[in-house]
Amino acid sequence: MSNTLPPNTGYVAAAYLVFLFILLIYIVIMAIRAARVERELAELLTKADQRNSGGTPAETSSQ
Amino acid sequence: MPTTKNLYGRRLTGYAIATAIVLTASIALAFFYAPIEVDQGFSQKIFYIHVPLAIVTLGGFIFGGIFGIQYLRSGDTRHDLRSYTAIHQGLIFCIGALITGSIWAKAAWGQWWVWDEPTLVSFLIVFLLYCTYQPLRFSIEDPERQARYAAVFAVVAGVFVPVNFIAVRLASPLIHPRVLGSSGGSLPNDMRIAFYSALLGITLLFITICKYEMASKHSRAQMAALRRSLSEESDEPAAIRTAAPRIAIK
Repeated sequence: MSNTLPPNTGYVAAAYLVFLFILLIYIVIMAIRAARVERELAELLTKADQRNSGGTPAETSSQ
Repeated sequence: MPTTKNLYGRRLTGYAIATAIVLTASIALAFFYAPIEVDQGFSQKIFYIHVPLAIVTLGGFIFGGIFGIQYLRSGDTRHDLRSYTAIHQGLIFCIGALITGSIWAKAAWGQWWVWDEPTLVSFLIVFLLYCTYQPLRFSIEDPERQARYAAVFAVVAGVFVPVNFIAVRLASPLIHPRVLGSSGGSLPNDMRIAFYSALLGITLLFITICKYEMASKHSRAQMAALRRSLSEESDEPAAIRTAAPRIAIK
């Protein structure tokens, strides 16, 4: 078995890595957005809990 | 309280799993099943990623135009969102096709770009045309006008894509090969299997990302509606100017 790589392997690897890199960038952006949604959802849940327990957010925060 | 509907996330898991399986299998086929091409050697493997990216890009732009027509006919903002997402993702795939194509050109022809080649230049023109889509949307504040103008753009540019494609095919190619022709691009069977599986994989990836993007935008719109309904203030906060479509939550 030959240990030498075929010619132009670097270009092929670069092309597939570019594709992978774009995909990874997209995943990172989407992960940041998902984390933001989760944070905002937690805020809204807190607000809803305060509302259900009868106190306004202002009253609860002053306690 | 606003009603919540799972409008865009349906079957997303199925698409994501199918994408992972088909894309992995297609890369394996490209490297371990398809033979090494005689003229170009190993660098021809770029073909299995570059051509599907280019085809799916153009398909995405055409679908953007079709959804644009549907929006203009119905006024339904869901079609505007679909059109926006197809064009937005098409643009990202287009960048991928341009970069992988440029790398392949360097490996095969010794140059990163050939300005005399109609296929390359026309693809760049299509890319530059669609680059103006986001600024166009962003420049219009009124959501209804923004959606209408963007739909008109999507339709006109969407018509330009196949016209441009046909014009390029009629022109005499200099060095860029023709892949899909009446002769099937003269691909041997094992290369054709690898190519079509790569095309399916990239198409599935495009659909999955579009569905995910729409589901994500829809959840954020639902959350904004929930915030408004929970807020003590009756006044709606001023909408932030954005290029993305505004989704109405009923």
